[in-house]
Amino acid sequence: MNEFTLWDIARNLLLAVPSTLLLSAIAFIGGGLVGLLLLVIRLGRYKRAKHAVKLYVELFQSTPLLMQLFLVYFGLPLLGIDVSAWLAAAACLTFYSSAFLTDIWRGSVEAIPKGQWEGSASLGLHYLQQLRLVILPQAIRMAIPPTVGFLVQLVKSTALASIVGYHELTKTAQILTNATFQPFVIFGLVALIYFFICYPLTRWSRVLERRLAKDTR
Amino acid sequence: MGYQLDFGALLQYLGFFLEGTAVTLGLTAVASVFGISIGIVGAAAMGSKKLWLRKLVAAYVELIRNTPFIVQMFFFFFGLPSLGLRLSALAAAALAMTVNLAAYAIEIMRAGLESVPVGQREAATSLGVRALPIFGLVVLPQALANVYPALVGQITITMLESAVVSQIAVVDLTHVADFIQSRNFRSFETYLLVTVVYLILAIVMRRLLVFAGRGLFAGRVR
Repeated sequence: MNEFTLWDIARNLLLAVPSTLLLSAIAFIGGGLVGLLLLVIRLGRYKRAKHAVKLYVELFQSTPLLMQLFLVYFGLPLLGIDVSAWLAAAACLTFYSSAFLTDIWRGSVEAIPKGQWEGSASLGLHYLQQLRLVILPQAIRMAIPPTVGFLVQLVKSTALASIVGYHELTKTAQILTNATFQPFVIFGLVALIYFFICYPLTRWSRVLERRLAKDTR
Repeated sequence: MGYQLDFGALLQYLGFFLEGTAVTLGLTAVASVFGISIGIVGAAAMGSKKLWLRKLVAAYVELIRNTPFIVQMFFFFFGLPSLGLRLSALAAAALAMTVNLAAYAIEIMRAGLESVPVGQREAATSLGVRALPIFGLVVLPQALANVYPALVGQITITMLESAVVSQIAVVDLTHVADFIQSRNFRSFETYLLVTVVYLILAIVMRRLLVFAGRGLFAGRVR
């Protein structure tokens, strides 16, 4: 049997980092786009559509991500769509993050004084113009710190993709453990790697928050 | 296509579902009691004059909050035996959930303690009350009342995240689903049903805790 040195373990773990980052990035960007669309509906006039978005958010926030993952992974094949672990994870995390991002952004938009809506309406702007030209530019500043904060949650959530068999950091750690029998070192290192990805984001989010608090005072 | 959903096949497993639900709720209860207790102590330590103590607690909070729960759990279950500490799956799950919830509870309780006006402490001091009773009888109840909704939210998140403990073979609700779908091959129906159970648990638990909070803090919960 081959002997694994600490460097071998660390190197193999580091090689898995891009998969984790890629999955996080896809879920974040995809979730952002879907989330934006949902936000436009959520803030709009159509009551039924608004309630549907509310329900969507509530469902994602009140059920385990693991169950959502299983439902996508086992559910899509029933519709005749063959999914790989990678596709199931990417699709599921995209929907998951869209629900959270919509909710975060709705909060920021609702913090905009009502006068901004009324003022822009009185200038003859229609709904999408109001959003694009007046409301969103102001809301974005407020939305950025919690959005970055959510990114941390999302990176951590990608670890669950290992359960359906996608080879990211956590799955690689499990495989390495089976090969080397050094779980203490491996899961310790994996925790550190996640920490070094997430902690800078946490700090950044905090800095942004403080800056925003100073500006709005 | 042509696949027919069949939920009837799940009825015979009702007993398993109930047992799994009990394990999920039991773990959540244990993690909540111990996690929030640690949260209170940790938050109090964050207000201490000793710099090393504050740094230590802050490091703990950051380390836990910036790593995935599943990795923490694997570390406790697979990693700790290397140090001679062998935990059962259930104990490892309870430990991981407690350690995880505690980190978030420290943050929440710290905000709670900060939200209590200094005047409360000063008034109690001027009445000759000693430090510990001031904390326990004056500051803490108000702090708890102020952050109670946030704590309820965190407990719910812990319950939902506990689905992951099935991965170290704790027989929780998710593990029951894994087991059943491996026998009847009705994966989608099984997981859908269990998802609905989680949804109901989350909603009912939140309602009950908010209701209990109203009684507990006698209208002080915002």
